[in-house]
Amino acid sequence: MTIKKTYKLFIGGKFPRTESGRVLDVRGKDGELLANASWASRKDFREAVVAARKASGGWGKASAYLKGQILYRIAEMLEGRRAQFVVELVAHGISEERAEKDVSEAIDLLVHYGGWSDKYQALFSSANPVASSHFNFSVPEPTGVVGIIAPRRGSLPELVSALAPVIVGGNSAIVLAGENALTAITFAEVLSTSDVPAGVVNILTGKRAELIPEFAKHMDVNAVLLCSNDKDEKKLLDLESAENLKRVSHQKDAPLKESPYHILDFQEVKTTWHPIGV
Amino acid sequence: MAKTEPGPHNFVFGNYAPAPESKNHFKIKKSYDLFIGGKWVKAPKQFETSNPATGEVIAKVGEAGKKEVGQAVKAARKAFEGEWGQLSGAERGKYLFRIARLIQERSRELAVVESMDGGKPIRESRDVDIPLVAAHFFYHAGWADKLNYAFPGVKPKPLGVVGQVIPWNFPLLMAAWKIAPALACGNTVVLKPAETTPLTALKLAEIFEDAGLPPGTVNIVTGAGETGQALIEHPDVDKVAFTGSTAVGKAIRRAIAGTDKKFTLELGGKAANIVFEDAPINEAVEGIVSGIFFNQGHVCCAGSRLFVQESIADKVIKKLKKRMETLIVGDPLDKNTDIGAINSAEQLERIKALVKAGEKEGACIWQPEGRLPRKGNWFKPTLFTECAQSHRIVQEEIFGPVLAIQTFRTPQEALEKANNTPYGLSGGVWTDKGSKIFKMTTGLKAGVVWANTFNKFDPTSPFGGYKESGIGREGGVHGLAAYLNF
Repeated sequence: MTIKKTYKLFIGGKFPRTESGRVLDVRGKDGELLANASWASRKDFREAVVAARKASGGWGKASAYLKGQILYRIAEMLEGRRAQFVVELVAHGISEERAEKDVSEAIDLLVHYGGWSDKYQALFSSANPVASSHFNFSVPEPTGVVGIIAPRRGSLPELVSALAPVIVGGNSAIVLAGENALTAITFAEVLSTSDVPAGVVNILTGKRAELIPEFAKHMDVNAVLLCSNDKDEKKLLDLESAENLKRVSHQKDAPLKESPYHILDFQEVKTTWHPIGV
Repeated sequence: MAKTEPGPHNFVFGNYAPAPESKNHFKIKKSYDLFIGGKWVKAPKQFETSNPATGEVIAKVGEAGKKEVGQAVKAARKAFEGEWGQLSGAERGKYLFRIARLIQERSRELAVVESMDGGKPIRESRDVDIPLVAAHFFYHAGWADKLNYAFPGVKPKPLGVVGQVIPWNFPLLMAAWKIAPALACGNTVVLKPAETTPLTALKLAEIFEDAGLPPGTVNIVTGAGETGQALIEHPDVDKVAFTGSTAVGKAIRRAIAGTDKKFTLELGGKAANIVFEDAPINEAVEGIVSGIFFNQGHVCCAGSRLFVQESIADKVIKKLKKRMETLIVGDPLDKNTDIGAINSAEQLERIKALVKAGEKEGACIWQPEGRLPRKGNWFKPTLFTECAQSHRIVQEEIFGPVLAIQTFRTPQEALEKANNTPYGLSGGVWTDKGSKIFKMTTGLKAGVVWANTFNKFDPTSPFGGYKESGIGREGGVHGLAAYLNF
């Protein structure tokens, strides 16, 4: 008899069960029970925000070199567990060929964004030739705690294409996984063995209708990336995020195309002035 | 003889003979219409704009309703799809260069009108506002044909019709901040100036006419909050740009929720100005003064919270009081004036209410002695000591010449106190030690940080806030992103 895995949440580097005691029954293509995934509650979300805030200072200040190496390390660990992901995706009804492709794409995305870690700053910074006798420059800084409503459909490329630009930019993240909850939690196992500091990435599985308002309302979330084709979800997020003027990036319910501008979406530009003289 | 202790001071006359700027070299019309589609269009109603220093009515201006706003948006759409939209970047740039020149040529007139309508000292409108207005058009003119170089890897496109709502503290400068990048990027504009300061924007419309700017490229609709709301909510406006209070900024965010409208918000602030014991004290005192008393403190990035290291607090506060006694409060058109008139009776009430709250909550108020002019809206330069983090004068934006002083011991404490606010627009640091400067400037959660200086602005330098101070940047290469689609 095979031993089945218990799928829990990923908060602050640990794998807790949902405090709510609720589960989502996840079934395979033939209707067999794959797992009782955690159905995260509002309180789980708030715990995740606390963990993300705690991690954001250190991660934001970590050197670009280190962040790049850690993203590359995630790619290495994902490669090492390729077979496991393929099996899991196939159980979800995805063809083996497609599953292989999905894993490869996710690995490539991590390598791609890992390489941006020490480059986007140069691309998005400026030395500004002000008319007065001052040295003046503008540099991007991480926005802080970013909520990610991952694409509803799909598997690894969807999740990783949304997450990688956020964390390589020095932000910490709380991810609401898409419908393929199991893959997201297995990906958390990859993260937890990849030198990603605890709390930098937190992954919840649950219901969008229940948790999107919490992402939108929470006063200690600085930005939200919403991957959705649903106009009502966008409107709700826009409305509720007005209270602390969250930065909202709205993307389609699909993998995000590789682009450094996705990193810039979760950066604040700071301009510093200093007089030149003696 | 130099006085060592604070003493009485006559604000109105100071120690100087009056030196008023003349106003006989230009004309202000008795009545202004709306500027729509290159024509002056009568509004169904008018309202008066007055001089806050005297209370005298300067002119009547049109109050645009929904219908006129709709006409303006239509004119802007037509220009976007027509003449302006079809111009090459280089040709757009030439118009902006031409406008910059016309502004420089009429700068004396614009400065005087700005001071009359808004109450700011002529020295500031003449030496800061208007030169920066021209500089903004010059700077952005050069971008118009170079946008592909600004954003590598993407071909940026204009957004379309941009609706812009601006405040009364830097009326023409805010118009320039908004209009110049919008036009450089190929958009067309409907601008709503602030209710209390519409005149220089209407003068700018005259300049657009003189420059031969294609009709509809920029439309100016004067009015109050309702006019602005009609503009923001208009379905054919592709982007909203707003500078003003955080409360209104949040309301705008809600009003456009769920739409595809892009937006930038430049909102309130409560900047920390942090002075260390190793700072050049005299320069720091000048920086504190310009940080909070520039433009009567009607500045979103004003250094309204002063943090002084405990060891030098007494010395700094003493010097600051002495310096404040020399500030001349009075006629905005007088070239000696340091602090002009409070922009409106309503704003004066707001300042008074918060100052009262400061006293009530236990902070110690200090103002130089002296008389204020009888007519008009005035407020003495004011400082508070013994302030706590929880005081309203520390938490809320006063938008007046009122400074809240606190002390600190370590850089870490200064950072924690400075960042303990929902705002994040600007900040200041004063120290002679380079590594300390960078510790502080990187630690401050603010979009603009001045080290050993304060309240400096330049079109090449991006401006905008973290947190509830706004979303987006204006100026510099980063500011262009606000007016382009990637």
